[in-house]
Amino acid sequence: MKRFITTRLGYSVLSLFLLSLTIFFFVRVTGDPATLLVEPGASPADMAAIRQQFGLDRPLWVQYGVFMASLAHGDLGQSFYYRTPVLELYLSRLPNSLLLAVVAMGLSLLIGIPSGILASVRVGRFWDSAGKMFALLGLSLPSFWVGLVLILVFSVYLGWLPSSGSGTPLHLIMPAFALGWYFAAAHMRLTRSSMLEVLGSEYVKLARLKGLPESLVIAKHAFKNALIPVLTLAGINLVIMVNVAVVVEVVFAWPGIGRLLYEGISFRDFPVVQGVVLMGGAMIVSVNFLVDVLYAVIDPRIRLES
Amino acid sequence: MTITTQVETIGLEPRAASRLAGIRSGDFPVIPALILLGIAFVAIFANLLAPHNPEIGSLTARFRPPFWQTGGSTKYLLGTDQLGRDVLSRLIFGARVSMVVGFTAVIFAGVIGTALGILSGYLGGWVDQVIMRVTDTWLALPALTFAIFLAAIVGPSMWNIVIILGVTYWTRYARVIRGEVLSLKEREFVRLAIVAGCSKWTIMRRHILPNIINSAIVLGTLMLGVVIITEATLSFLGVGVPPPEPAWGVMLSDGKQGLMVGRWWLTIFPGCCIMLMVLSANLLGDWLRVKLDPQLRQL
Repeated sequence: MKRFITTRLGYSVLSLFLLSLTIFFFVRVTGDPATLLVEPGASPADMAAIRQQFGLDRPLWVQYGVFMASLAHGDLGQSFYYRTPVLELYLSRLPNSLLLAVVAMGLSLLIGIPSGILASVRVGRFWDSAGKMFALLGLSLPSFWVGLVLILVFSVYLGWLPSSGSGTPLHLIMPAFALGWYFAAAHMRLTRSSMLEVLGSEYVKLARLKGLPESLVIAKHAFKNALIPVLTLAGINLVIMVNVAVVVEVVFAWPGIGRLLYEGISFRDFPVVQGVVLMGGAMIVSVNFLVDVLYAVIDPRIRLES
Repeated sequence: MTITTQVETIGLEPRAASRLAGIRSGDFPVIPALILLGIAFVAIFANLLAPHNPEIGSLTARFRPPFWQTGGSTKYLLGTDQLGRDVLSRLIFGARVSMVVGFTAVIFAGVIGTALGILSGYLGGWVDQVIMRVTDTWLALPALTFAIFLAAIVGPSMWNIVIILGVTYWTRYARVIRGEVLSLKEREFVRLAIVAGCSKWTIMRRHILPNIINSAIVLGTLMLGVVIITEATLSFLGVGVPPPEPAWGVMLSDGKQGLMVGRWWLTIFPGCCIMLMVLSANLLGDWLRVKLDPQLRQL
């Protein structure tokens, strides 16, 4: 167990290292980072000053060392636009993103799990086809377009919901739905295949043999076990949601991390863009590590395999 | 046997529809294939089909609704946008942008991913370790965020988008292809090729590649939808195809301002185009997956 965790930890640290390397070198290979670091319209003298100030005239490996050292101190640089440290900005926006992601996740599970169960109980019949169509639609509609259509219907025509901003629970409904829709499809697919696997197992057969009504077999025996992989996926997806909500947050002017990233792009605020991407990658690497370890704790076969 | 046939003939109407649409696995998706062919046709002959110039409008004809609404005219069938440009013409030329970006990006990502997947799987050792570590790291980054980051560095242009999408999505291929190569290289014909004295390069090119090309094609079809949605998203955010170009994502971004005053045609039509194209690609990919590669059914 200890060895398993150490290996996984090693991989995760390696991933983080490669991540920083990727981001560091992409910025420098694709052009002069000084043009990204100065505010638009800076003079050549300013550029030279910036180059010296940020050490961009030094060799690459020295620059990388400096970059890593400041990262290790939790320093993601300073935002040009807000004139505050990027990390501070990021942390101030994070609760909003988390709130949106949690509500969206709730919605997606509420839609995905029941429809997945229904599809698995009625394999190859109408509800299965309907569910498959729904999953395909979920994967085929861009989430921002779902958001725009929701605004058109519920804000413009019906006038029920506010089209943008935050503050009340009403503001949450549409962005959460637009974000959760895509994930609902993924959760439905997994629930279906996981249920099918469980329904074919020996103990479900036994439960049926001893005469339990089918509804009880599904609700008490199959459902509970089929839920494990779905909930694991939901845990990983929650973190992914926080990081892919950019377009939904932009459409609904939701003040989360995605919107911060968008502002970073529109104001050419490069430290913000870099900081958000770095934090996103780090979050996902950490969650993957946690899930690996949790799985190894639950299932001995996994830790013995490595 | 006869009973099932009877049951099937009773519900003919909806079943026939779902068969043509390819919703039931195993049926050739006739309608999606026709839609994709149609979009390809429109994209190729955009110059002949479009009634107006997609990039030049007339400011006297701004915000015309589609022809069936009051104020609309048959001159602009699907209405005009904020610069008086014909929506239908822009949709037609937008098909060209989506097709070109979609296919080139999928092929670009496919070539990198397949090549690295074969190298990684067949050579093994440190080559495998390096490629797989990089793949894992890149897979860990949310694709959209990574694409936005790259787009913010290199700046917007159509060909930059192709490169960004290729660089973002090659990892999906590399993972799957590597797995297949790992099992292929234990097979008899590969061992015989080694015994016969083939070089590693020849084995990879002549014996491994033809056997994984099916999977690469299936993956490519399934990736087409993802790539088109990502392109539209990047364009919507202003880091994709630059504005005068009539891309569907750009049209949605332009149409957003008119949304609150009910200019629905600027939002609904481009979105429907994206949906039709992506849905068709996904249904076709699903069918190909079942048809060409039984191993990928669980993907």
